[in-house]
Amino acid sequence: MSSGKTGSKIKGYIEIDQELCKGCQICIAFCPKDVISLSDKLNSSGYLPVLFNDSGECTGCAICAVVCPEVAIEVYRG
Amino acid sequence: MRKVYTRPRLLKRVPFHYCPGCGHSVVHRVMTELIDEMNLGDRIIGIPPPGCSVFAYHYFDVDMAESAHGRGAAVATGIKRAFPEAIVFTYQGDGDLAAIGTAETIHAANRGERITAIFINNAVYGMTGGQMAPTTLSDQVTTTTPYGRDTKIEGYPIRMSEIVALIRGAVYIERTAVNSPANIRKTKKAIRKAFQAQIDDLGFSLVEILSPCPTNWRMTPLESWQWIDKVMTKEFPLGVIKDITGKNDAD
Repeated sequence: MSSGKTGSKIKGYIEIDQELCKGCQICIAFCPKDVISLSDKLNSSGYLPVLFNDSGECTGCAICAVVCPEVAIEVYRG
Repeated sequence: MRKVYTRPRLLKRVPFHYCPGCGHSVVHRVMTELIDEMNLGDRIIGIPPPGCSVFAYHYFDVDMAESAHGRGAAVATGIKRAFPEAIVFTYQGDGDLAAIGTAETIHAANRGERITAIFINNAVYGMTGGQMAPTTLSDQVTTTTPYGRDTKIEGYPIRMSEIVALIRGAVYIERTAVNSPANIRKTKKAIRKAFQAQIDDLGFSLVEILSPCPTNWRMTPLESWQWIDKVMTKEFPLGVIKDITGKNDAD
């Protein structure tokens, strides 16, 4: 049984393909939980890709994947 | 955990050649999702245009035939008449559909061809370097209108959807945008209805999609997505422009 503040929360996580990402940062702007940030390492195309910070806040709402122009994000929810 | 969102099956796993923040790839994704959902993968034929999306056939895992500039509707007419069972769509930009291909588009609509035109409107010529297009907004700065588009000299932004809506052969016309999660979902719904009009053999359908072009608008991707809401939709209002398919939405 889930109860309390943390138990009822929907948990999720995302996987970002670092090679497909072009660092346009649209997902950062639309993420309601601010769990995506910009990397400081270039990928092989010379872009700074975004990173997922797994702080337990992600709900797997998939808004990042809906807006991602590179289709680089996969979303899991459980 | 359950995977709730993944790359569509019909979108090839290759990096897009588009600039960061471009709307083309969003439309590609929405369309491949939809083609899979509507189970049209083996009977759909796409006509990509010259322009930034000239390599659309590298991304769509469906049959495609490239057309000459502006001739998308004419090529689609031939394919549709040769294969009436196929679902044929053209994928055209504003330099293609609203400039060099205006005549083809209007006459294909007038003949009531059972084809669907996906019209990507980003208010500039993208691939050639951001020159003024017929759809460029009044006072918009481009490389060929460095002081802004002067309507006395260069004319007014052309509203193709409204023009095509006057034609009797056109049955479904909608203008959407790809600049927010809600608008992206509406775009998918609009394309679904446009394809359905073709499946039901009703006539010509067109979906105009306002699409960001951060590179040629000289903006960051996010600024360009916001600019569509703030500026572009004032000239090109979103919504259904014509729907005589007789299938009104329950919602």
